[in-house]
Amino acid sequence: MLAMEFLVRGATQFGEPGVFMMFEENPAELTANVRSLGFDLKRLAAQKKLVLDHVHIERSEIEETGEYDLEGLFIRLGHAVKSIGAKRVVLDTVEALFSGLPNHAILRAELRRLFRWLKDHGLTAVITGERGERSLTRYGLEEYVADCVIVLDQRIHEQISTRRLRVLKYRGSAHGTNEYPFLIGERGLSVLPITSLRLDHQVSAKRIPTGIARLDEMLGGKGVFRGSSVLVSGSPGTGKTSVGAKFIDAACRRGERVLLFAYEESSAQIVRNMRSVGIDLEPWVERGLLQIHSSRPTLHGLEQHLVMMHDAVSGFRPSVVVVDPISNLSLDRNASEVKPTLMRLIDFLKQQQITTVFTSLTAGGGETPEDSQLGVSSLMDTWLLLRNVEFNGERNRTIYVLKSRGMAHSNQVREFVLSDKGVKLVDVYLGADRVLTGTARVAQEEQERAAAALREKDHQRRLGQLANKQKAIDAQIAALRAEAEAEAAEVAFAIARQTLQESTTQQNIDVMAQLRGGVKTGSSQKKGKQ
Amino acid sequence: MSDAPVFELRLYVAGQTAKSRAACANLKRICETHLAGQYRLELIDLSKNPKLAAGDQILALPTLVRRLPKPVKKIIGDLSNEERVLVGLDVRPV
Repeated sequence: MLAMEFLVRGATQFGEPGVFMMFEENPAELTANVRSLGFDLKRLAAQKKLVLDHVHIERSEIEETGEYDLEGLFIRLGHAVKSIGAKRVVLDTVEALFSGLPNHAILRAELRRLFRWLKDHGLTAVITGERGERSLTRYGLEEYVADCVIVLDQRIHEQISTRRLRVLKYRGSAHGTNEYPFLIGERGLSVLPITSLRLDHQVSAKRIPTGIARLDEMLGGKGVFRGSSVLVSGSPGTGKTSVGAKFIDAACRRGERVLLFAYEESSAQIVRNMRSVGIDLEPWVERGLLQIHSSRPTLHGLEQHLVMMHDAVSGFRPSVVVVDPISNLSLDRNASEVKPTLMRLIDFLKQQQITTVFTSLTAGGGETPEDSQLGVSSLMDTWLLLRNVEFNGERNRTIYVLKSRGMAHSNQVREFVLSDKGVKLVDVYLGADRVLTGTARVAQEEQERAAAALREKDHQRRLGQLANKQKAIDAQIAALRAEAEAEAAEVAFAIARQTLQESTTQQNIDVMAQLRGGVKTGSSQKKGKQ
Repeated sequence: MSDAPVFELRLYVAGQTAKSRAACANLKRICETHLAGQYRLELIDLSKNPKLAAGDQILALPTLVRRLPKPVKKIIGDLSNEERVLVGLDVRPV
């Protein structure tokens, strides 16, 4: 398969025609087999870019007598090469020669000559061989003769098989010695390098909003850096997907392309569910801005998922990638495998300057929230933690920014409200000794309002009382004054009366004195002595 | 035994190498000895006609192909072992 791709790519993309010499399949079978990969061998053959030559060896027909060589093969190959000016040759598989021809000594010598011959003719050859029991090839010859040996292998781990490729030797070049998983996909074979060797990706100082205004505020007011990776972790039902969807929505609004890998819900389900929180993704899908890849994580091995993502990203060239959730990728796999794999993905995406949002499920309850399940948090630039706070008979969502590299970010917890109008962040009630959310917050706020109203009323009442008292006092003062006036009047009256009496008495005395003919003054004294 | 040649043989060689000459000589001798008058021999030099190699699925050289009687048989090598050639051609020494 690798060989075929080598030939076809050579023929179609590099203008190097090739010869495919097969010893096992016949041309019709091969054509049918590779059609599933999108290679049209017939057309290529018609365009003289490819020659398919089937070499059939039937052991039963062959008798050996004496000396011989494989000149016939050389001639055929030479003829085929000459007929289209081929630069590339594939021999698939040379083992068939060994099974067909009994004299291995000759074969070995001849194969060596064949390699030599290919080199002399400036042909690049891919020779496939079966892997032997202990050695790399069944007859232990080819790997010594060849310049480059690539080992393909298929391994099954936890019921999931992964194809791997390893460059065993490559003369005259520094090659990666690691094993690389590869995938045979719709567009042929793709390999994903294990990790980028150095951390040297370009960084952007541009910030992009997350789609949640208050969240942007929390992240220094401008959102996350372009090309950074964001981890949204939380226990079940904390709204991870919604945060992701909001991010998608925001990116699509800016006219950017978004790729969503969903490992939990189908694309239709996501669109429907997100509509319930006021995020409509459908127009973006229709306009081709959003591509949703939904699959079960168990579909392939982890590496194959990555290769697939790699393919999808290379094909679609998005500026934002959302993976929901990465924790599902780790299903049944050990963490030591998951972390490097994700590292590769992140590295790859960073190199492409793609902003990524990963959601990650943390097991609900119990453990510390700071424990991201996969140990990937160190790879992330921004980490948003969603938490359910259970209090007062209800669960409420809270969000906080656990870390965000390269920006001042809020240390505050915000309540995270999902409604049909979208995602909103609300300030939590920060009371004297506790943080309240949800109805408790609402109740608390209500209580405060009521208390304030009550106080207000109280004040008014007091003021009223004071006024009344004042009035009462005033009234009292008036009454007293009236009393005083009345008293004064009485006093005056009494005085007047007495004066009047006195004068009247005096007059009487005087009158009496006149009558008696006494002295005019001091009559009373005289009268007293008398 | 009919007049028509029973054995239709083709000997594929490439150029005038020692092996092809040996094969040629060996074959002629064997045929004359055992199949006199019953065979037709074609000598094909692949270095001149490389296209013909595909027809009979020739890999090794020299190769002797027995096209008739069926089934097709191939004998590779310089045909130095007479007995094996005869066994290969299904001819019993007379």
